[in-house]
Amino acid sequence: MDYTNDPECKIPPALIVNMPELKENPFRNRIVESFSEDGQGNLSFNEFVDMFSVLSETAPRELKAIYAFKIYDYNVDNYLCKEDLEKTLNKLTKEELTPEEVELVCEKTIEEADLDGDNKLSFADFENMITRAPDFLSTFHIRI
Amino acid sequence: TQCLCATTGVEDEAATFQQEHRHTGRRRDNDREKKRKNERRRKRRASKAEEAGDELPERSEKTDKSRRRRAKTDQEPKTGVKEDGEQFKVKSEKAAKSRKDVKNEKNKKAEQEEAEAGERNAKGKKRRESAQKDEKEVKQEKVAVNKKAQKVKKKKHKEVVETSSEPETSEADGDEEDDEEKEVRPETLSAEELEMLKEAVDERKKLIQSLRGKPWPMKKKLVTLRESQKFVEKYEGALGKGKGRKFYAYKVMMTKKWMKFQRDFENFKTACIPWEMKIKEIESHFGSSVASYFIFLRWMYGINLILFGLTFGLVMVPEALMGRPYGSIPRKTVPRAEEASAMDFAVLWDFGGYAQYSVLFYGYYNNQRAVGWLKFRMPLSYFLVGVGTVAYSYMVVIRTMARNANESGVGDDNSFNFSWKMFTSWDYLIGNPETADNKFASITTSFKEAILEEQESHKDDNIHLTRFLRVLANFLVLCCLAGSGYLIYFVVRRSQKFAIDGLENHTWWERNEVNMVMSLLGMFCPMLFDVISALENYHPRVALQWQLGRIFALFLGNLYTFIIALMDEINLKRDEEKIVKFNISTWEAGLFNGTLWENSTAPPVTIQPADVPRGPCWETMVGQEFVRLIISDTMTTYITLLIGDFLRAVLVRFLNYCWCWDLEAGFPSYSEFDVSGNVLGLIFNQGMIWMGAFYAPCLPALNVLRLHVSMYLQCWAVMCCNVPQERVFKASGSNNFYMAMLLVILFLSTLPAIYTIVTIPPSFDCGPFSGKKRMFDVIQETLESDFPAWFSRVFSYASNPGLVLPFILLMVLAIYYLQSTSKSYREANVELKKKLQMQNEENKKKSKRAALKAQLDLEEARKAASQNTEQQKNNSGSLQDLEVDEEEKHCTSHRMRHGKNERDHPSPGGDKDHQPAATRAPVPRTYHHDVRGPPGYLPGFPRQSEPRMSRAPSLQRH
Repeated sequence: MDYTNDPECKIPPALIVNMPELKENPFRNRIVESFSEDGQGNLSFNEFVDMFSVLSETAPRELKAIYAFKIYDYNVDNYLCKEDLEKTLNKLTKEELTPEEVELVCEKTIEEADLDGDNKLSFADFENMITRAPDFLSTFHIRI
Repeated sequence: TQCLCATTGVEDEAATFQQEHRHTGRRRDNDREKKRKNERRRKRRASKAEEAGDELPERSEKTDKSRRRRAKTDQEPKTGVKEDGEQFKVKSEKAAKSRKDVKNEKNKKAEQEEAEAGERNAKGKKRRESAQKDEKEVKQEKVAVNKKAQKVKKKKHKEVVETSSEPETSEADGDEEDDEEKEVRPETLSAEELEMLKEAVDERKKLIQSLRGKPWPMKKKLVTLRESQKFVEKYEGALGKGKGRKFYAYKVMMTKKWMKFQRDFENFKTACIPWEMKIKEIESHFGSSVASYFIFLRWMYGINLILFGLTFGLVMVPEALMGRPYGSIPRKTVPRAEEASAMDFAVLWDFGGYAQYSVLFYGYYNNQRAVGWLKFRMPLSYFLVGVGTVAYSYMVVIRTMARNANESGVGDDNSFNFSWKMFTSWDYLIGNPETADNKFASITTSFKEAILEEQESHKDDNIHLTRFLRVLANFLVLCCLAGSGYLIYFVVRRSQKFAIDGLENHTWWERNEVNMVMSLLGMFCPMLFDVISALENYHPRVALQWQLGRIFALFLGNLYTFIIALMDEINLKRDEEKIVKFNISTWEAGLFNGTLWENSTAPPVTIQPADVPRGPCWETMVGQEFVRLIISDTMTTYITLLIGDFLRAVLVRFLNYCWCWDLEAGFPSYSEFDVSGNVLGLIFNQGMIWMGAFYAPCLPALNVLRLHVSMYLQCWAVMCCNVPQERVFKASGSNNFYMAMLLVILFLSTLPAIYTIVTIPPSFDCGPFSGKKRMFDVIQETLESDFPAWFSRVFSYASNPGLVLPFILLMVLAIYYLQSTSKSYREANVELKKKLQMQNEENKKKSKRAALKAQLDLEEARKAASQNTEQQKNNSGSLQDLEVDEEEKHCTSHRMRHGKNERDHPSPGGDKDHQPAATRAPVPRTYHHDVRGPPGYLPGFPRQSEPRMSRAPSLQRH
């Protein structure tokens, strides 16, 4: 890992997710993955800077929304489908909800936010929902 | 065309072929433009014509390669021969059309030629050596920028496209910059071109500004930023001519400097916010609700600082500097009887002795109308500062409330309850394992709550029991409140008895009973309420509100009991005053009689001011009570903090090594930071300040001190010995709740103060209003003596009930009117919101339908086109090419999954095209406009070389 001689070097995700800012975050692996070029979580310096610039306080809401969508899109199909929501929910609650409850919550979420009726959330749906969220800006940032 | 006949078996082959085909179309498009330029150039510079002609095939091959690489279809290299054939066709088409441009573009063309040549060489070399991925990306981006620029400008002017794209392409690689520099001489540019250049520069500037919000990788951002900056720097100076040009350059420079200054100033301002870093640190450990307390504390500190400034600057300092010095008159002297103990610490601690006879309290102030050489109107100033304190506080609180309401009013609808919980409940700031655990727990509970609410399964298994328990709980709470009220009343009465007896012969407890009892009640009753509220079985959020409400009631009750007791005391003092007054008159009479009798020629008797008998001065007494209350309250807070938090944490931490159960996880554990309790404490403290500030001008100063210490102490305590609370409630929602409480407290605390000011006559021998019937007479007096006669007459007319009553009526009417308008606005707002949402959905449906229709149309057209001639096929190919371009770039992964479908229906504009584009935002979006097809387009139509132009507006229609 010699940055001066080899600026293209990449840091493996295992190292990054253990930094104190991310250690407690349930989505840490997704964060790192969605900012990496290869989707595996190996970050070059530029990507690392990218990550914290998006998560900084001053980043605009639209930008944050784009990356939030990427983070919650577990299977990278550009939709938040039910599996994604289930995974998100399980990470959020440490799997303490029963499967029925998870099912219900996911259904309700899709029902609320899905505008075009395809039973999954596209980015447009997500953006529409997230721009009205009162807490999105205050919670979706990391201070380093 | 191909896609329709493609069967599943030969799908791959067909796809490749198709791509290749599209690719051809695309390339031709590009070539066509170049050819046009070439041709023109050839006409101008006939001598060079041959050379350029030779160059042409080679060049097109190179560009062709680069294009192909971008499209990821390198399979079949193209030959220049075919290109040539096409060239002439296109040439003949275009030549006539673009002739008029020639004049304007004379030197432009020349330099473009140079630039392109340089670019070609550089690119060719570079690319062949290292066709790196990110480089490719940068290129793509540039193309996108170019296109965007073109789209915008073409609407205005044909030439603009040329100018804007010209410098950009030239910027693409740094190599040819030098060549170009020689060519661009601002003097040779016409006004029109300058205009274009200016536009391009502005475009770049805009790009630089919006760069931060673009979802690009950092590398791309950097490259784009550098390029744009270079571009702007280079061409900015070229704008304007002669003098104007210099001025322009100067202006640009100054703008830059100004911007830098502004940025620095912003940074400086953030650095100046007190305790910002401390609060941020706490926020990142404990989440935003704990931080909200500290922000509230800081806000309070600010207000108190201003109150302190008012009282200190306008009341205390003038009196201390310009008023009569200590010991000159009786009210400014410690009485003879107290002189011996006036400097004792115990007395000073009680704010007796020298502290009582100082600027800290009301009684010290003289009723002299104007003090010092400034002729400072002391009593008037005192009165106005008292009023101003309250008025300012009202103003600030209400303004803050309004602002908060504004902020929170936006996202008020609850339509995305679950989604918001799902996507915004995790606080990314949390970096502490314990906080994280609590957050997990609280998120889980909030989900469970929401599920429960959603299911609406009111399992009212025993509604009667619940009701009974709730009534019982409320009854118990009422008993508690009444009991505490009585206790305080009792204690206050007892302390009055003690006071009459004289404080010296009582113990410390008896002297400080009132304050101690109040503090203890404030400490233990909330716990009791907490226990009682377990009976009620409320929803936690409701329970919290009940709890807050009860504590509020308790505090309020205590405060008012205290005030009532104080009123009793005031009345006692006033009775005492009457007696003293009578005694004094007899004493004076005796004094003068004595001197008269003894010797009429003897010098008049000088009486030490300390010996003069004086009244009890109830105002000072009230001020003292409040100061004592504040002090004891502060002490209790600090001591609870030290014992309850620090000592407990130390014990738990170190006794845990030798204890039989786990202290940290088990019973005592570490204490939580109690946000609501602390906020309530702060609010009540402030209430007491507002109440007592009139009689003890030192109160704001004391409070500033207290808040200052509190800030550091609590910050430290939180960081070192607290764990985050389990019951997390949102900071943003409850902020106005606190503010509302503050407002209530402000109102309730100004009531008694105003009552005493208005109804009770001031003491006869102390304070700035002594000798007047009422305190507010000072206004009357000022009006009469300091203003011209007509003014006071006008004032007296204005203040007669006949005018005041209609005025009040008018105000009420205005309030009613404003209120009803705001209500109707709110309704209209909600209505509009609904409409907007409806329209959104409608639009979505419509565009979906349109896209579907376009798809069908296109397929039909393809069918028709497959029977047409080669040329038409090629034309339609150019459209497909665009589409492939986009798909290839942005939906690689997407394509993997849905590859089959895509190949079966390579229609532009479908839902599938739309979605991936949206996730990647701006870059694809430009394509998105291009690609999402016009429903009416048919490939057989005669088409222009730039399909995007004609199509962009059609999108806006639906």
